[in-house]
Amino acid sequence: MDFKEKLISSFMVFEQDIDLSNPVHEIRSRSLKKFEEKGFPNKKQEAWKYTSLAKILKSDYGIFQKKEVTIELKDVQKYFLYEIDTYKIVFIDGIYSPFLSDTTHDGLDVCLLSAALTNPKYKSLINKYFNKISDKTDSLTLLNTSFSMEGAYIYLPKSVTAEKPIEIMHFSTGKQGDFFLQPRNLIIVEENAEVQILERHQSLSNHRPFTNSVTEIYAKDSSRIDYYKIQNDREEAYLIDNTYISQNTKSNVHVHTFSFGGEITRNNLNFYQNGENCNSTLNGLTIINATQHVDHYTLVSHAQPNCESHQEYKGIFSGKSVGVFNGKILVDKIAQKTNAFQQNNNIVIDDRATINTKPQLEIFADDVKCSHGCTIGQLDEEALFYLRTRGIPINEARGLLTYAFANNVLDSVKIPKLKSRINQIISSKLEIKIRHEL
Amino acid sequence: MLEINNLHASVDGKQILKGIDLKVSSGEVHAIMGPNGSGKSTLSTVIAGHEDFEIDKGEILFEDEDLIDFNTEERAHKGIFLSFQYPVEIPGVTVTNFIKTSINQMRKANGLDEMPANVMLKKIREKSDLLKIDSKFLSRSLNEGFSGGEKKRNEIFQMAMLEPKLAILDETDSGLDIDALKIVANGVNMLRNDDTAVVLITHYQRLLDYIVPDFVHVLSDGKIVKSGNKNLAIELEAKGYDWVK
Repeated sequence: MDFKEKLISSFMVFEQDIDLSNPVHEIRSRSLKKFEEKGFPNKKQEAWKYTSLAKILKSDYGIFQKKEVTIELKDVQKYFLYEIDTYKIVFIDGIYSPFLSDTTHDGLDVCLLSAALTNPKYKSLINKYFNKISDKTDSLTLLNTSFSMEGAYIYLPKSVTAEKPIEIMHFSTGKQGDFFLQPRNLIIVEENAEVQILERHQSLSNHRPFTNSVTEIYAKDSSRIDYYKIQNDREEAYLIDNTYISQNTKSNVHVHTFSFGGEITRNNLNFYQNGENCNSTLNGLTIINATQHVDHYTLVSHAQPNCESHQEYKGIFSGKSVGVFNGKILVDKIAQKTNAFQQNNNIVIDDRATINTKPQLEIFADDVKCSHGCTIGQLDEEALFYLRTRGIPINEARGLLTYAFANNVLDSVKIPKLKSRINQIISSKLEIKIRHEL
Repeated sequence: MLEINNLHASVDGKQILKGIDLKVSSGEVHAIMGPNGSGKSTLSTVIAGHEDFEIDKGEILFEDEDLIDFNTEERAHKGIFLSFQYPVEIPGVTVTNFIKTSINQMRKANGLDEMPANVMLKKIREKSDLLKIDSKFLSRSLNEGFSGGEKKRNEIFQMAMLEPKLAILDETDSGLDIDALKIVANGVNMLRNDDTAVVLITHYQRLLDYIVPDFVHVLSDGKIVKSGNKNLAIELEAKGYDWVK
């Protein structure tokens, strides 16, 4: 039985534990049916041309957790940004860990999606927002929706600023072997509210977690959201991240994606601007080696006038690693005065590494500013010579240049501690031995 | 200090230096002048150890060691400094952190501990004051968006910080207005003492009004065709390069 069949037949088992009268269940069943028709994406589809799931689908993954697994805080503390100064929603093998979490309902909701889906108190919000902007034709999103049960639920009421960042953490223990995880997050940020969110997937042992995550984010008028995805998992991990963001008037959403770990990572990051004067910023930094594969597939849909989007993705590729960047910008006929920028710069350190980069602009308005550019290159030989004439040895000079190339993506990280953490990861990933405080 | 004997160098099979002889002793300032394409910049990059250039014949001795045996950074560690005609822009590295890294790598190569932060800071302040460099400038990315004059001033700032034995200044005067030229010249003159030497590569005589050379050489088609004292530069300015060819 292949993995698709296994999933479909598991659905009945899944149904035994949930309330079938909940309207969400209708959505789940419908999604499963569509997934069954479509199946997993393959390389024949344009959007998956450079990323094959064949390798991922070869393994036999556990789907349901057999028993609750606990982990000690001391074993995972290093993955958290702060011990106390963040809200935390922590999952172990897909199951919520109250022990490691620090949730709240005081002024804002930072809690579980399972609670929001089942508690009548949240019913109207769930009806209004759940599965509303996710792509109904994307088979992996459909698959996630079919089994959607657990994940983070974050709600910021009007004009509330979250006083500390929120960390969404998924640990995979490997105690039940290779495991399939489908977290589902729903984030609603009301008018003029503000929040910073970090998301991380981390496996804790030598096994293959396959994560197919879906996050829906609603940024209402004048809201401000900073979202940081830290992808620094162990080298066996597979991650498909599907994020959908709806923006209303004057909202400002900034997503940083740091891709350093994992074997195969695919980020489908979709921005839908539904109000005027929105600002969307997408920053990505990918540093990979060996046989790692990272695919960024972005969409920014400009549907209203006077909005901006800024995309800057950088990558450093060594070994036989493969990078993909596909950036789609849609500008609707009425979206006049759109400013849309896209830049993808890559350094290929090793001749065996590959990068595929493709801008895709579809512009139907006539008074817009759109630009895109990409570069693929080695380190600048003249810059290396310059550094060496200043006594900096060649290896250190290479490290310094690579580091400098990567580092400016951090300029826009607003949480100082996160900035220094990422800085450390970059240094170790690039094996930089000399000390920098750039 | 520096002794170049019968130096022949080429790039991509094209011969550029065709037998250079030059002797620079400590305490001296030499000016190398010549028309475009005569090999002036090649000479400076070859001394600094650029790997694109092939040394076909001859030798470059620095304090009696043949530099051919040493790579670029090792030459820097020995005290050779090259001020670039076109300094490279390096976004993401600030001027301050670059110079700190540079100094400490130099010290490390020479078996010294890192320079204490307060000493470094004091030195940076002192040298930047000397060159009338704004402190804001020091926290900018190296050469990124700098004007031509700022780039050159930054080169001289690095030279002042590193205190090399031999400074080769490649067209440092180009792109400078007269005030900047005076500041830069002042920086170079401060470096002059009995233990250091300066090689100025320049197209025009103008710089030599402010940094007075002990010797002037004229380079043409890869060879030094004439040498003399500072009056040679004045004569060249009046008569043009055709005069020496």
